[in-house]
Amino acid sequence: MKDYGLENRKYVIGGIAVVIVVTYMIRLLTLQILSDDYKKNADSNAFLKKIEYPSRGAITDRKGKLLVYNEPAYDIMVIMNEAVGRLDTMDFCKSLNITKEFFIQKMKEIKDRSKNPGYSRFTQQLFMSQVSDKEFSVFQEKSFKYPGFYVQRRSIRQYEYPYAAHVLGDVAEVSLSDIEEDDYYQPGDYIGKLGVERSYEMQLRGEKGVQVLLRDAHGQIQGSYLNGKFDHRPIPGKDLTLSLDIQLQALGERLMQGKIGSIVAIDPSTGEVLCMVSSPTYDPRTMVGRQRSKNHVLLSTNVRKPLLNRSIMGQYPPGSTFKPTQALTYLQEGIISPQTSFPCHHGFYYKGLHVGCHGHASPLTLIPALGTSCNSYFCWGLYHMMSNRIKYKNVQMAMTTWRDYMVSMGMGYKLGIDLPGEKRGLIPNAKFYDKAYNGSWNGLTVISIAIGQGEVTETPLQIANLCATIANRGYYYIPHVVKKVKGEPLDTLFSCRHYTKVNAHNYNVVVAGMRDAVVHGTCRAANRPDYAVCGKTGTAQNRGQDHSVFMGFAPMIKPRIAVAVYVENGGHGAVYGVPIGSLIMEQYINGKLSERSMEEAEMLQNKHIAYGSGDR
Amino acid sequence: MAQVTDKRPSVLRSLDWWTIGIYLALLIFGWFSVCGASYTYGDTDLFSLSTRSGMQILWIGTSICLGFVLLMLDDRFYDTFAYIIYAALLLLLFATIFNPHEIKGSRSWLVLGPLRLQPAEFAKFATALAAAKFMSMYGFNIHRWKDFVCVIGIVVTPMLFIVLQRETGSALVYLAFFLMFYREGMPGSILFTGVAAIIYFVVGIRFDAVLLLNTPSSVGKFSVLLMVLIFTASLVYVYCHDKKQLRTILLYGLGLTTLAFLFSEFVIPFDIVWAQLVISAVLIGYLMYQALSTRMTNYMYIALFTLGSIFFFYSADYVLNDVMEPHQRVRINVLLGLDEDLSGAGYNVHQSEIAIGSGGLEGKGFLNGTQTKLKYVPEQDTDFIFCTVGEEEGFIGSACVLLLFLALIIRLIHLSERQPFRFGRVYGYSVLSIFLFHVFINVGMVLGLTPVIGIPLPFFSYGGSSLWGFTLLLFIFLRIDAGRNLIRN
Repeated sequence: MKDYGLENRKYVIGGIAVVIVVTYMIRLLTLQILSDDYKKNADSNAFLKKIEYPSRGAITDRKGKLLVYNEPAYDIMVIMNEAVGRLDTMDFCKSLNITKEFFIQKMKEIKDRSKNPGYSRFTQQLFMSQVSDKEFSVFQEKSFKYPGFYVQRRSIRQYEYPYAAHVLGDVAEVSLSDIEEDDYYQPGDYIGKLGVERSYEMQLRGEKGVQVLLRDAHGQIQGSYLNGKFDHRPIPGKDLTLSLDIQLQALGERLMQGKIGSIVAIDPSTGEVLCMVSSPTYDPRTMVGRQRSKNHVLLSTNVRKPLLNRSIMGQYPPGSTFKPTQALTYLQEGIISPQTSFPCHHGFYYKGLHVGCHGHASPLTLIPALGTSCNSYFCWGLYHMMSNRIKYKNVQMAMTTWRDYMVSMGMGYKLGIDLPGEKRGLIPNAKFYDKAYNGSWNGLTVISIAIGQGEVTETPLQIANLCATIANRGYYYIPHVVKKVKGEPLDTLFSCRHYTKVNAHNYNVVVAGMRDAVVHGTCRAANRPDYAVCGKTGTAQNRGQDHSVFMGFAPMIKPRIAVAVYVENGGHGAVYGVPIGSLIMEQYINGKLSERSMEEAEMLQNKHIAYGSGDR
Repeated sequence: MAQVTDKRPSVLRSLDWWTIGIYLALLIFGWFSVCGASYTYGDTDLFSLSTRSGMQILWIGTSICLGFVLLMLDDRFYDTFAYIIYAALLLLLFATIFNPHEIKGSRSWLVLGPLRLQPAEFAKFATALAAAKFMSMYGFNIHRWKDFVCVIGIVVTPMLFIVLQRETGSALVYLAFFLMFYREGMPGSILFTGVAAIIYFVVGIRFDAVLLLNTPSSVGKFSVLLMVLIFTASLVYVYCHDKKQLRTILLYGLGLTTLAFLFSEFVIPFDIVWAQLVISAVLIGYLMYQALSTRMTNYMYIALFTLGSIFFFYSADYVLNDVMEPHQRVRINVLLGLDEDLSGAGYNVHQSEIAIGSGGLEGKGFLNGTQTKLKYVPEQDTDFIFCTVGEEEGFIGSACVLLLFLALIIRLIHLSERQPFRFGRVYGYSVLSIFLFHVFINVGMVLGLTPVIGIPLPFFSYGGSSLWGFTLLLFIFLRIDAGRNLIRN
């Protein structure tokens, strides 16, 4: 039965076992005796790093009025191992003003590793965050009765005014993806979620401090490590000064009540955003502390989308506010001169194509064309540009040239404002139309872009910025909402001029046209005796009622403010756009409203537009 | 010669008390480790049934009772009922696949009131019994294809069922049976090829992204091709008994590889793997030439091995990177310890290395390990139990544990070899191979040397199922061994 050749294989098998054990013993030897690294590492694990949180930077408006500050709050932490089974749950719940169900639910969530991956029975876990001062005082008196529960001092954001929610943004607990992206954060930390709280998170958050404590195998604190040699104090966050004028912002939000849309005002000489209203809005004070998640859900399910910052995320057809860009392009390209006139008989008629217009004198030159907002004039202009085969080899090249002008004026791409979520709008290019029309198209096919309809879209911020380039006669600064970060120079991105492809003398013609619109034309309601206003209305056609648009700047010489107003389904530009824009300019230039204007503001505030209940 | 009627006392007399001693020593050591791993502050009563250490005493007690009962049964019982036991457990394993209770993504736990059982742990002894019975049949010949396929079927069927329960780690244990096949006459080249394939895969994938010093070559590919060269040379030596050829192949192969490396490192960086592939191609050509000129088929088989090795490695690489779905790839990467997932396996290994390293020579003492108390490793008293040994008992303690396991395995080899019947020997080798596999993978994973595969350390890891499973394996063999001197009609 025995096969001695095979029996020798027992030595092979025994040898394998010996080799494995010897290898493992050598590994043990290197791990445990020869190498010091692991011992050091083990020490570091027996440290308890106590985090001290810095205070977050405060936020003020351009005049130094405090907008956002910190208020003390308390996080209730729990060490499961010490808490379980030794707690009078009823009493505990009463002193924190929570239900027993909430307590049980919360304890279950903490232990659930899929929701709380860093869970350990032996370390502090977040039980309840942002308990306010008042609630906390009750708890503190009795805290000795609750073994395993600890308090971590934190702070929550407080807002002085109910305005500017979209710009200010808010803070909330970090998400798992935030932690993955930046290892500065730990579960339970706060991070800016929207607005400047997010875009200036790095400056606002400061730096956490740490206190290194030693503990033994029984988890007890033995004292500070090396007399605090490795401790460091938290560094507070930097304060922000916004470029917003909170009074102007408040007026803007009042005027937009009951309407959907946006107001953006820019100081053309710096690119600072003076007010940025997106309507409907919400009170930033509801987005604080423990009620945040509840209110956030309410807002995010609202059909009017109050969380959307329409000023930078809404992409609208600019309507006639786009006409100045066309005038500038045709002038610079030599398609027209200020004296060129085109006919208009209630619209543009050519080869069976018809674009309607309203009644005015005909033919007319550029300045009155801008003043009366003549559709026909700009359609002719675009037609001549697109079919000019002396200057451009084909329609594609003409279109490319046209697009380059639009892009140089800040359209078609994100401007790069210091707020998260900006959209780019749409300026079509030759490729776009080649694809849409299979390569066979001409100036007439795309004629509606000449009057800011068709494929063209812009964000209200881009309209305001366009207005600022006209006010500056040919350049803009990237719009920004933060004027100053304490102890830090402003990003040079925001202090360099971006020139458009059009010369200043051509801009002067367009400015004259926009002045004509205020003096004789479509925005007469904005005309004032004390300073010269330039403006352009827009009435953007869409599926429902037209959108009411206005852009304007004042004063004509050395402009101080450029404003864009967009009211969805507001009808003609003169209905909502002009009066709202005019009031905003008055408030900023005079610092206050006249009595008549106050009455008008009151009236506008109460004029609500009946929107359907559909999704938008 | 003992009489059949005189059987009971003879069992205790001919019982191998050495094995029992090692078994008890491991149990005691294991209990202290479970105490250390599961101890929490404030718990003073290590014997209370509300603690893991208390429960483990219960499992140890019942295991000893179970062992005693197993010794009291007639040794022919196991032989007679081998297939029935195997069939019953296969049925149970099959039923478990449809178990609705999922624990940590695995369906392998059967919940019966307060009891939680893992049938996979009990299937090992049943499979060993069935394999032993089949292989001890008259006329069985492992070299006959049909027989070999049948016995592999016996081993692979439970393995498949366990994979379907999503308990891949436990299924891999069944690979241990190949060690027993080897002892029973399976050609060594099969074992060698299998081991080589696993090494290629693990080394190649694990170090694929690491670059060799200043060259643009991947350490994984480089080492695999180097291994192919060395294995080929060794095979030539073993199967063709030609020392001169061994020297020639190693000299030229290693020499050219070194030259390529030096050139790439210091002159013009290029991928050395290309040079290695050329060397391998030349080697294959040389072997084929040898096969034709000397008419020794062994050369051809070796050439096939070399070619197959390279082909296997590149196709595994291709399958992993280009064919598999991302989630499957992640699972394999985690298995190989490639994914440093903070809440996953990579973290555990790092923590366990720290814990063991901090133990030093003598350890921190019973219940004094800071790492095992304050840390986050979830499998502290089950799969990662060995790091408690390392931390609290130090190098001396952990070395003792390893030596105890080695002693057990060598003793079991000795016992298996003294079996008068093939049934006992096959069963004995199955048992010791399973133990060896568990120790190899479990301790290796804690030391950061083998992939993280969640299988328990015999007699140490907390839990009733595994302890009972190992006790069954061991004591059935002890009972068979105790009956070795009895003469039957």
